[in-house]
Order: sequence, then structure tokens, then C-alpha cells
Amino acid sequence: MTAFLQQLDPVSLVSIMLITATPLVLAALGGMMCERSGVVNIALEGIMLTGAFIGYFVAFLTQNLWLGLLAAIVSGMLIATLHAVLSVSFLVDQIVSGTVINILAVGVTGVFYRTYLETATTAGPGTLPHWNLPLLSSIPVLGPILFQNQLVTYAMLVLIFVVHFVLFNTVWGLRTRACGENPRAAETAGINVYFVRYVNVIASGALAGLGGAYFSLQQIGTFLPNMTGGRGFIALAAMIFGKWTPGGAFLASLLFTGSDQLGSRLQSVFQVHVPLQFLGMLPYVLTIVVVAGAMGRAIAPAAVGRPYKKT
Amino acid sequence: MRRFRAGWLVSSLLVPLASVVAGFLVGALAIVAAGADPLQAYGALFAGAFTNRNAFAETLVSTVPYVLLGLGLALGFRAGLFNIGAEGQFYIGALTGVFVGYSIHGLPLFIEIPAALLAGMAGGFAWAAIAGFLKAWTGAHEVITSIMLNYVAFLVANYLIDGANGKPGVMVAPNVSTPRTPDVDLGAMLPIIVPGSRLHLGLLLALIAVPLVWFLIERTTVGFRLRAVGFNQGTARAAGISVAQTIVLTMGISGALAGAAGIVQVLGLSHHMTDTVAAGYGFDAIAIALLARSNPWGVLPAALLFGALHNGAGFMQLETQVSSDLISIVQASLIIFVAAPAIVRWLLRLREQPVETVQITQREVETPVG
Repeated sequence: MTAFLQQLDPVSLVSIMLITATPLVLAALGGMMCERSGVVNIALEGIMLTGAFIGYFVAFLTQNLWLGLLAAIVSGMLIATLHAVLSVSFLVDQIVSGTVINILAVGVTGVFYRTYLETATTAGPGTLPHWNLPLLSSIPVLGPILFQNQLVTYAMLVLIFVVHFVLFNTVWGLRTRACGENPRAAETAGINVYFVRYVNVIASGALAGLGGAYFSLQQIGTFLPNMTGGRGFIALAAMIFGKWTPGGAFLASLLFTGSDQLGSRLQSVFQVHVPLQFLGMLPYVLTIVVVAGAMGRAIAPAAVGRPYKKT
Repeated sequence: MRRFRAGWLVSSLLVPLASVVAGFLVGALAIVAAGADPLQAYGALFAGAFTNRNAFAETLVSTVPYVLLGLGLALGFRAGLFNIGAEGQFYIGALTGVFVGYSIHGLPLFIEIPAALLAGMAGGFAWAAIAGFLKAWTGAHEVITSIMLNYVAFLVANYLIDGANGKPGVMVAPNVSTPRTPDVDLGAMLPIIVPGSRLHLGLLLALIAVPLVWFLIERTTVGFRLRAVGFNQGTARAAGISVAQTIVLTMGISGALAGAAGIVQVLGLSHHMTDTVAAGYGFDAIAIALLARSNPWGVLPAALLFGALHNGAGFMQLETQVSSDLISIVQASLIIFVAAPAIVRWLLRLREQPVETVQITQREVETPVG
């Protein structure tokens, strides 16, 4: 049993699950802010890709990771603003608007990557440093998992609580949810639905942009075309599977990254040969199952997806 | 009546045309920002797409899948369904089609080609019908389920071709260095219709599909039901139409068209399938159907535009160093202008009109996206 545990190495397993879940959780939190206010966000993928690119580009130009991190967040907010302008002000179908951003992100990052980065000879500024929090990092088991991480992962852990608090314990959160459930009633109560939706969509851009920075600034220290590789859609799945709650999205993200990690370890330890592709399908299949209501129905905010026209 | 005609002209021709122009203008800004000359870049794009016989043939080669995919999306839009999963249906269609294509041997081409085509369409139909079925019976939104099914489709293809745990996939060809399926039988390959080029019979199939889909939507009972459901589900139900059945059937046909695009690519070009995925067909198809305003005839010029962009982009990158990804910027911009006619009206300074919702999918009487 001990030999088995050693081989499975649960501490490093959970640690890797947590680290790889970072962008998923951040983008899912963003999607949640957005959707709770009544705006669907299938653009998480494009926002993350933009954040990953602009974050690295600025870090590369200034040789400063912190400016890069800031740029990733700001660029996420800017491209999310486009989503807000189109879907909130111009009443464009929110799926179409999200599609626009996903396509645009591929174009913008591809064009500028080729022009300015592909043939660059100078090195980037590396990756974000690991911070071992004093005392906390030496706690057995929990220390290595939670307190020996890089900044984006710490930020993710904190933001889970922040987003939960904002959504469920503040006036802003109540207004946000009112706009997502019944915008007409919210407006009657004196809430500026457009303003609330704008702020939430832009906040989702900040969160997903930070999630993008994970790929280029925390994980590998450079940008590669299409490096987010569909993780924005897994984040969408995590948000739905977590039933639009921060804690739920966090656990769902861990489940999704865990199934990947566990799959390869089970193979070497138990000689269990589950095809990795089947484990890879887990996030998508589970999401389909919950939206279909077969396993504790995931109920979306009632007004999500509908453009709201002021009276 | 005059006013009606004028309105039709604006919405069906002027807005899409202005959108295309605006899309190229935004693209030009990006080219300048990338430090190149827009006229030179667009010149190369045009040259790569049209100037000689072979370039134009290649443009048509790229246009073929876009026509079929665009038709599928447009058909869904008419019923108020947003089939964002065309990419997955494309790959499943290619998989089921290629399986039949390499399994049959020595039959005449007028049997083998239809057999493989039908298998591809059946695969696409079944895959999309899952999303349709879930929507009809559980209310699960087709956008979410079909996005998820896309990724499941990629993984299915990957499993069947690449295999897992060191074992080769069940559909892999023997003795190949990179995993791929065997080539389809000679009789299942679509013949080349312009000698010396890669332009294959798929072009004619795509051209035939346009009037067929138009006829299906406008002149058949199925089409009538589909439009009624798209117009108002409640009214359709009250009129005795089975909304659930119509949703499944429409999603299925939409998927069959995407599957047809997949298998036509295989039978006409590659003759086998690799696990290479994510060509972005799903998103392109959305753009094409929007540009066509969900009109089957409109899909033709929209698909040709996308085919030309796709084909010219490589030459542009070669000649001017501007990344071929530029066309994504052009495409994204033109969707913005097509989908938000208020912006175009404002740009063209047309008569002041209140901002209107572009009704793409039925959102009043159904479950929210989620």
C-alpha cells in the first residue's frame, strides 16, 4: 500500500491538478460573472488567447513580467468590452458576438505573432517566480500543494472567494443576478441593466485575460499560436458543471484536470488501460449530462442569452 | 410595395456588401499595424485566389466545403437552431464516410461514391441529432451540447486513428509512418473535373445542394414546419406541428450537410483521414450563414468569398510576410457588421432607425443558453 502510494504520489498529483486547473478556474469565474448578469460568454477561449499573447508581448518588449501580467488583464478587458458593446448595446446575438471574438483573437494574435515575435532573437523575461509562503509552505501535504505556487495560481485561489463574495454577499452581486434572472424587473427596481452587464462582461475579460497569462507568463514563458488549445471551452464546461458557482467551478476544474493526470498514473501503477481519449472526453460528456438534467440539473440564469432592450 | 423592396435590398444586399468592404478596411488597419502595405497584401491575396486558372480552381476547391457547411448552418438558423457543432459533425461524417470508402472494393463509381457520401451524411446526421434530441426532450441548449460534442468528436477520431496505450487505432492503415486511415477505394474517389487541377466533382455536388436545400426549406412540408418552429415555437405547436420532431430532424439535416462537407473533402482531396483537427470550419460556417442571411442562394457567394480568402491567404503570406491569420480579422469584422446592421446603417448614415434585434435563434420561448 505504501509502495503504491509512493508510486501514485498523491501530493504531486493534487499539486499538478491545481496548477493545470488555474486557467480553467479563472476563465470559469469570468464566464460566471458574465452569465450571472445575463450575457453568455463563449468567447472565453478568445479572451484567454488574447491575454496570453498581449501579456507575453508586453513582457517581451519591457522585459518586465509584472507589466506583462497587467497587460494580459487589460487586453482581456478590452476585447471583452467589444463583446459588451456588440451584445448589450447593439443587441447582437450573444453567441454570434462570442464567435466574433474567438475568430478575431486567432487573427490578431496570429498576425502580430508572425510580425513581431516569431523571428525575434532576444529571449523573453522567463516565467513568474515560485513563491514559497513563509511558514505556510512548510505545512506537510498542504504546504507543497497550496503554498509553493506562482502568482496566477495564488490569484486564482483568492479570486474564488472574491467572486463568491461579490456574487452572493454584495449589493452588486444581487443586482447582477437580478439582471441575469429578470432584467425587466431589475430595471423596474431602478437597476441600470446595461451598466451592470457592461461591468460584468468587462470583469469576465479581466479574469479570463489573467487566465491567459497563465499559459504564456506562468507555464512556459513564451507565446505559441493557439496555445490555449480549447481550454476556454473546458472552462465553459467547468462553469456549467459547477452550476454557475465559484466553488462548483473550482471542483469541476479539479475533476477535469484530475481525470487527465490520474489516467496516466493509473496506467503506470495499476496497469489499467483506459484509453486516454475516453478520460479526455469526461469534461464534455459530463457537461452534456448535466445540461440535459440527467444528473442534478444545471440551471442557467433565466435571462442568459437574451439581448435586453431598454424600454 | 416599393418600401418593401427597398428594405429587402438594404438588408439582403447592401448590408452584406458594406460589411465585406468594412471587414477589408478593418483588415487593412491590421496590415498597417503589422508594418506592411495593405494594397500590396490585398493584391497578393487577390492574385493568390483568382489570377490564373489554377489559382481559381484552388479557390473553388476551398469553396466546396464552405458551401455545404454554410447551407447546414443556414438551415438551422431558419428553424431557430444554432448549430455551432458543424466542425464535429464534419469529422464524424469524414470518419463514417471514409470507413465505407475504404471498406468497399471494385464496385462501379456510381455505387461507391453515393455509398460513401451517404455514410458520411448519416454520420453527421446522427452526431448532430444527439444535440437536437437533447434540446427537444430535455431543453439542453444546442449551443452548449454541440460545442461539447465537437471535442468528443475530435477525441473519437483520435482514438480510432491513433489508438491508445501503444495499441494502433482500429481505423489506421498498415505500414504508415504517421497514423492515418487507409485510402478510399479507387471507385469512391471523386473524379477531377478540371484536368491539371485538384478541382473535383464535389463542386457539382455543392452546386446541386444549394437549390435542393432551398427547395427543402421553401417548398416542402418539412421546410414549412422548420420555418414555423423558427418563427414561433408556440404557434407551431398550436398548429399541430411536432416541435420536438422538427428540431431533431433539422439538427440532423444540418449535421448531414456538415458531414457531407467532411466526406467530400476526403473523397475529393486527401482520400484518407488523419487525426488533424480544428481547421476552424465550424466558426467559418457560422460566418458564411450570417453573411448569407440564412438564404441558401446567399451561401454561394459567401462561401466563394471565404474560399477565396482561404486560398489567397497562403500566397499573401508568402509574398508580403503578412500572416495568413489576417483573414480571421477580416472575417470577424465582417460578421460584426452583418450581425449589427445598426452599425452599418450608422456608418452609411441611412435613415435613423431604432436599434433592432437580429433574430437569429428563437430566444423568446425556450430555455436559456446554458
